[in-house]
Amino acid sequence: MVMAGVLAGCGSGGGGSDSGTITAYVYGDDAVKVQQAAVDTFNKTSKVKVKLVSVPGTDYVNKLRSAMGSPSAPDVFFNWGGGSIKPYVDSEDLVDLTSTIKNDATLKDGFLPSIMTAGGLEGKVYGVPMRGMQPVMLFYNKTLFAEHDIEPPRTWEDLQTAITTFKAAGITPFALGGSDKWPELMWMEYLLDRIGGPEVFRKIQDGDTQGWGDPAVLETARTVKELIDDGAFGKNFNSVDYGNGGAPTLLNKGKAAMHLMGSWEYSTQLGKAPEFAKKDLGWTAFPTVAGGVGDPANVVGNPTNYWSVNARTKHKETAVAFLRTMASQTYAQALVDNGDVPTTSGAASMLSGSPNPQFATDQYEMVRKAPSFTLSWDQALEAQYATPLLTEISKLFAGKTTPEQFVEAMKAAK
Amino acid sequence: MPHHTPVARRHGDRKAAVGDVGRPPVAWAVPGILFFAVFAIVPLAIAVYLSFCTWDGLGSPAPTGLDNWSRLFRDSEFGQAAWLSLVLTTISWVFQTPVALLLGVWAAGRQRSRAFLSAIFFIPLLLSTTAIAMLFHALLDPNFGVIRTIGPWLGIDPAVMGSSTGALLVVAFVGGWQFMPFHTLIYQGGARQIPEVLYQAASIDGAGTVRQFFHITLPQLRHTMTTSSVLMIVGSLTYFDTVLIMTKGGPGTDTTILPYLMYRTGFQTYDLGYAAAIATALVVVATGISLLMVRLSGFGSMRSTREGM
Repeated sequence: MVMAGVLAGCGSGGGGSDSGTITAYVYGDDAVKVQQAAVDTFNKTSKVKVKLVSVPGTDYVNKLRSAMGSPSAPDVFFNWGGGSIKPYVDSEDLVDLTSTIKNDATLKDGFLPSIMTAGGLEGKVYGVPMRGMQPVMLFYNKTLFAEHDIEPPRTWEDLQTAITTFKAAGITPFALGGSDKWPELMWMEYLLDRIGGPEVFRKIQDGDTQGWGDPAVLETARTVKELIDDGAFGKNFNSVDYGNGGAPTLLNKGKAAMHLMGSWEYSTQLGKAPEFAKKDLGWTAFPTVAGGVGDPANVVGNPTNYWSVNARTKHKETAVAFLRTMASQTYAQALVDNGDVPTTSGAASMLSGSPNPQFATDQYEMVRKAPSFTLSWDQALEAQYATPLLTEISKLFAGKTTPEQFVEAMKAAK
Repeated sequence: MPHHTPVARRHGDRKAAVGDVGRPPVAWAVPGILFFAVFAIVPLAIAVYLSFCTWDGLGSPAPTGLDNWSRLFRDSEFGQAAWLSLVLTTISWVFQTPVALLLGVWAAGRQRSRAFLSAIFFIPLLLSTTAIAMLFHALLDPNFGVIRTIGPWLGIDPAVMGSSTGALLVVAFVGGWQFMPFHTLIYQGGARQIPEVLYQAASIDGAGTVRQFFHITLPQLRHTMTTSSVLMIVGSLTYFDTVLIMTKGGPGTDTTILPYLMYRTGFQTYDLGYAAAIATALVVVATGISLLMVRLSGFGSMRSTREGM
């Protein structure tokens, strides 16, 4: 840090170095146009220009990894917070933004508090939110619920009733894309949060692998097993995927009644079955679990994505100035127009202009009121734990391991 | 007596000639060796070095001696992956070889229809593995794929991809579907090399088609079979894309074969040192099998099946 400051100081002292370029890596998908517009606007008034590099989605993580170890590392880069930046934090490659944000009104008050902390590590902040929020929600088929005269589940008993009712009618209660593995993770995340509260996973995320030994984890795994044995996900879920549209199609064709999925499910459905998305797609929060200590208002999923700053950058001030524009009204509006729900504190009033104002508002309120927003485990943990975790969860869901074996395997993961 | 000498000399010349004539000197191999060194030997050496290090892709690899290797031999996941690779390879070989052999011999006939059909067989080989894997993934979707309709007729559970053995068989089948045409072509080429006179002679001696097949075609195709089998086995051992796209190693870890375990360890877990150890082990096993097959089949001595023709 001191080194970087000295270097930057020397640079500007030498003259001519107050102009230049910083590179920003971004995950290359449809939303890049929003970031590109922000960069263009920023560059109009800044001497140091930002150059946006869009890396195709599937290559992003590997490309970033190799670039960070090379002299051509980006100055600013897109990430998921948590475990996705842990290796860079450990190798002291990232700027600790905690005090910068504390002393900067725009950044401090600009974003929802649960979002700001969710991407951090051990109480420190390394990133500024830069995209929409993606909480996991329980989606359901309104028509099926109306036909069978039941309400979307709010409690675990409601959920049991719904499972029994739909099973009797030959409808799979929950669509689940088990062959992709990560949709199974969502069940674990919500159940653990409801049963044991967010602290259980927080401890694990902060590096205590023995945290998997918490009784709430075993209880979670057992609950999952009960759901599977009960036929809540049907029989085929191991060979159904999300990516190619398997699980979403089950929901929109009325073959499954509910689907636990990230908020992107809405745009997925809008793309696949627009009529269904507009008329029959309902959404609600994950139900409470009897005896659980977690606040039912808690949310899991991807809070948002973040920009982090490389500690080796020659233009730290420019980088921070660029991050500040993420809190602007203009940027939030661009996200709304793209169908995203911004994580900025003043976004509520803009959501009427969203493609589906009701959905956007519900989502925003859900996150705004959430006491805690747990980052998806596979993003929250470092790859060395996240990959075995996905494997072990897949084994648990496939019936290859017992809940007890799952706990033991996770405690032993290293 | 004097007229015997030239014969003897000629005989001696011929012996020397076997080593020289038609077999180019070492210098000819230099470009190939260089190319091989840069793109195969050097990366392999780096992988072997990495297998003695721990490295997460950031900074420099840190040597840890034999840690990765001792872990490899204790790792039940590695053991399972090695076993699955072996099973997949065996299934692939047993399933592909007879079909490719029979099709190849049949296609070696010179009728126009055969040339045309051979061209059609070749099509799966022209498609990328990714496209094939995605195609079968869609066909085998338990809720919306063709399998839902025709599966029950054939006695196949539509959720075949969700069961352990089912998923492995599907992977073997898709691989077979893709590569069988290639092996068919190899056998077709081999069968066309068999001199007509052998068959003519056999016919005169009264041998029927079946006897001709077992006594002429099969023995004559011995080296072709070795070539094809080595390619098939090494191919199955390094099989990867189909697993990545169709099963992601699942359900659970039931299709996590060695190359997929290596990929997961290296590029998802970023445990690159251990992944290098897995990769090195795979290279050793594949090379060992190839050498063994070449040795056992007598392929190494390079005797021509046409000697004496």
